[in-house]
Amino acid sequence: MKCQKCNREATFHITELLGGKPQELHLCSEHAQEYLEQTQDIAPATSNVATALAHHMAQQMSLSKTSKELDRMDEEVCPICGMTFFEFRNLSRLGCANDYQFFWKQLEPLLLSIHGEITHVGKRPARAERLSPRFTELIKLRREMQNAVKEELYEIASVIRDKIRKIETEGE
Amino acid sequence: MDHLDIMLQNTSAWLKNVDEQAGIVISSRIRLARNLADFPFSVRMSDSDRSTTVTRLNQIIKDCPACQHFHSFSMEELDEPDRLFLMERHLISRELAEGKGARGVLISPDEEFSIMINEEDHLRIQVVKSGFNLEAAWEDADALDDQIESRAVYAWHPELGYLTACPTNVGTGMRVSLMMHLPALKMTRQFVRMHQSLQKISLTVRGLYGEGSQALGDFYQISNQTTLGMTEQDLLKQVIDVTNSVIGYETHARKHLLDTNKTQLLAEIDDSISFLRTAEVITLEETLRSLSLIRMGIQMNLIHNIPLSLVNTLSINAQPAHLERIFSGIFSSGDINIFRAQYLQKQMLQI
Repeated sequence: MKCQKCNREATFHITELLGGKPQELHLCSEHAQEYLEQTQDIAPATSNVATALAHHMAQQMSLSKTSKELDRMDEEVCPICGMTFFEFRNLSRLGCANDYQFFWKQLEPLLLSIHGEITHVGKRPARAERLSPRFTELIKLRREMQNAVKEELYEIASVIRDKIRKIETEGE
Repeated sequence: MDHLDIMLQNTSAWLKNVDEQAGIVISSRIRLARNLADFPFSVRMSDSDRSTTVTRLNQIIKDCPACQHFHSFSMEELDEPDRLFLMERHLISRELAEGKGARGVLISPDEEFSIMINEEDHLRIQVVKSGFNLEAAWEDADALDDQIESRAVYAWHPELGYLTACPTNVGTGMRVSLMMHLPALKMTRQFVRMHQSLQKISLTVRGLYGEGSQALGDFYQISNQTTLGMTEQDLLKQVIDVTNSVIGYETHARKHLLDTNKTQLLAEIDDSISFLRTAEVITLEETLRSLSLIRMGIQMNLIHNIPLSLVNTLSINAQPAHLERIFSGIFSSGDINIFRAQYLQKQMLQI
């Protein structure tokens, strides 16, 4: 693929999420650098968390990824909440706690670029629990119930609801 | 008289200016983002997930000793002007006001505490104190968080901390923000430089209503941008240190104005007072601009006959949903700037 601004080979593939629709940019390294420097100047003026996040992601994603690799990454689906990475990139919001583990490969550099750190050192809840399989199961069941209701499969929905109740009461 | 009318009669505690420095630092706010471990985050919640969490969290919060007298509002039961009313008092965010599905807020009688349910995260615990009082706000927020956590299991990861819907909040889930009044920095054109230096240390400056909003009436919010990899105490300290230097810059800029431009400054303050007294049509922006100068004039001992409490009340009550509460029925009339002028005239002539 050729760079959109010159005849050289495009080695940077940036997805910009500013504004409504994601916008794909294919640039050579020189034009990519120019573009990213440009957008860096704009960022403080808009000074909005979602924009800043999109900006971080655009920069991070552009690092030596072919568009095929990007597409494959976008299609990954969290088995618990059903969120795709593409959806996350559009909304800047994750779908469930499990996404932090499932999308860790993509999130790690993102967290580093936002916070400069990836380890929490602050307050811990008195009953600090790891993401327990019980909670993960509940989130998954809630999604299955939602799908069943959507498809008007009410009998299945009520079976799932009973399962949810059972797990909830076991935990008390 | 409904609960919002009672609120209208009272000044929120965070605007009561208990200390001297409340001149430049209007208020100190701590916000903690928390999620329940057994529900998906907001964007993946079904309607039934939303109503279940609202019911469950309302119950949990009402069981907390600190929240016995909190008033609970359900967003779907409030009409648009009433949601806007709560937003104008900084008790809820725009996202909650304009969101969809079951969501709500619990508010303490003095309006120092507000807990939003099903905003971007399941829980947004907010504590606001008057003036430069961050430690007290953190102590209260921390204690309330403990009470809620003893009754709910939060989404938590041993390495990442509190898990939040947006990765910008993960870790402590804490946003520390100070609302500052910086008219002299603006007038002496030093603001841009300060803005730039703050960004270098991961702090953001935003307008009165948070993200993406304009800096009306020379009010700015300074807050931390990172939430991961620092303890709450360190985050507080970072913001406190910077705030102290911003207070220093603003004080210096005020002194500089007095030394070099006193006559013009006095004339501008006088103009602002007579503008509020005589204007027949006045926008919110014009109101806040005038009140900003008057506020600074009071703080610099240039005005003696206007109490700061009046300036605070007017800054809040001149907003659209507050005027709607005062005059009732004007919201969609398009004459809001005329009603605002009438209200301001009446208040200013009482001095």
